[in-house]
Amino acid sequence: MKLGLRLAAVIVGGWLLVAIASSLWPPAAVTVSLPDILAPPGTDALLGRDDLGRSVLARLAAGARISLAVAAVVVTVTAVLGTALGLVAGFCGGVADSLLLRLTDVFLAFPGILLAIALAGVLGPGIGNVMIALSVVGWVGFARLARAQTLSVKQRDHVHVAHALGVTPLRIVLRHVLPLIAGPLIVEASFACAAVIVAEAGLSFLGLGVQPPTPSWGNMIRDGARYVLVAPHLVIAPGVALASLVVAINLLGDGLRDRLAPQRR
Amino acid sequence: MFELRTLGSRLAGAAAVALGVSFMVFLLLHCVPGDPVDVMLGEYAAAADRLALRARLGLDLPLAEQWWHFLRGVLHGDLGVSLVSSTPVAQLLLEHFRYTALLAGAALLLAVLAGLPLGALAALHSGRAWDAAASVVAVLGMSMPSFVLGPLLIIIFAVQLRWLPVGGAEHAAGLVLPAVTLASGLAAVLARMTRAAMLEALALPHVQAARARGLAEWQVVVGHVCRNAALPVVTVLALQLGALLGGAVVTETVFNWPGLGQLLVESIARRDYPVVQGAVLLIALTYIALNTVVDFLYPRLDPRIALSA
Repeated sequence: MKLGLRLAAVIVGGWLLVAIASSLWPPAAVTVSLPDILAPPGTDALLGRDDLGRSVLARLAAGARISLAVAAVVVTVTAVLGTALGLVAGFCGGVADSLLLRLTDVFLAFPGILLAIALAGVLGPGIGNVMIALSVVGWVGFARLARAQTLSVKQRDHVHVAHALGVTPLRIVLRHVLPLIAGPLIVEASFACAAVIVAEAGLSFLGLGVQPPTPSWGNMIRDGARYVLVAPHLVIAPGVALASLVVAINLLGDGLRDRLAPQRR
Repeated sequence: MFELRTLGSRLAGAAAVALGVSFMVFLLLHCVPGDPVDVMLGEYAAAADRLALRARLGLDLPLAEQWWHFLRGVLHGDLGVSLVSSTPVAQLLLEHFRYTALLAGAALLLAVLAGLPLGALAALHSGRAWDAAASVVAVLGMSMPSFVLGPLLIIIFAVQLRWLPVGGAEHAAGLVLPAVTLASGLAAVLARMTRAAMLEALALPHVQAARARGLAEWQVVVGHVCRNAALPVVTVLALQLGALLGGAVVTETVFNWPGLGQLLVESIARRDYPVVQGAVLLIALTYIALNTVVDFLYPRLDPRIALSA
């Protein structure tokens, strides 16, 4: 297991480096080379070339940048927003709490990424709208988790003592509750990263996300699927890239959970 | 009497969530940037056509009244008319629904048939090769999105081996690849949950007692472990029904399967918003209905639950 964790860390770190490196040579991902259309992997281009003769490797690297950037933005926004709402609802209770519960119930009634698909579809394609759609859907998990954790932590002695000493509620929440519930939230954030990366790729695969010529693993699979008969590497390369990154992040999340929140197995 | 009252409150809760869902679906049309009528008809539409569509969609009314019209329509099974084909949306949904139901049902069956034995084997041989193999399969199944697994299966089984069709619903064999693709994630989750639940049940004192009485190992497993392990597994199964319905949207697009998901994605591309609203609403309401049914099945499975409800 230790070996698996180390391997996962290497894979995630590797993709991060690739993403950063890709921004140093951005033109490679969009440089068209018509004589080399659909060239298979070889010495010229390590992972072959696509239907416009662009290097698949360069597009993979640029796609990694998009995936990780979308994940970073969406997870940051949803974690902050969801945690804040969950903390307020759990700590205040009463109307705020039941209102939040009802609202999350409604969001959770849309299975999987259905709501994100509908929202991204209605807003129109584009990377900004993908981030909006995934943020609108993504805060719910953080809010539910933060609420449940807050409910149990606020009964602890040190919180009662802080109340008795006249500490303001805002300070209690920030200094005496938030640090205690941070562990499970960080674990949730790591799994949310993997989920957002899959969701962005899924929306782009459906044509609702990142638009060509900007490369994304999702729209690479979408475009490649048309040439599956003659150039399967166009689907296999981004598919394996996506699967490797998602498996690695999920493994890291498992490792984090064992360390930070062992009771949530 | 007591059961009737819990039944009533559960149904009321489900109805409240359904009301909220229909409100969100109603709001979707108002998330269209700019004027939805311009987006649907294009820039060069005649002014009269714009006015007619605006009136038909009720966009000239106050928001509260629009919501009321939408809700009344939904309750009467009237979801408007497709802007592209002029067919009633309800009829379109009905035509596509059975394909999604068939696909989801087949995937559910496959996932249970593969996931439960895999998890049980892993638990009974925990720490050995079977266990390691099962957990690798489970991690892969959970991390492999359908739009990656689907094309890979097409390359192997349709293009290279030529055993199965690439897609479509013309032949019965066309169901195999989409069902396997959709089932993989659920099978992985089920296997993991079954393993954990079985390991927990195996450690219970009554299992030790059964072994001490000299029962054969298969009798211990079937009679004393499986029933205790069933509840968490069924819970996960119920929670994952949503993932199955949501996943069907992408899987149907991969395999050109004419279900609700494909209808949804195509209608988004055509800006046929009444159909988009109808498809999203139907999928979400189906999910709510399934969850409510599962809620009622729990006490049958474990009498301890009825007492605490």
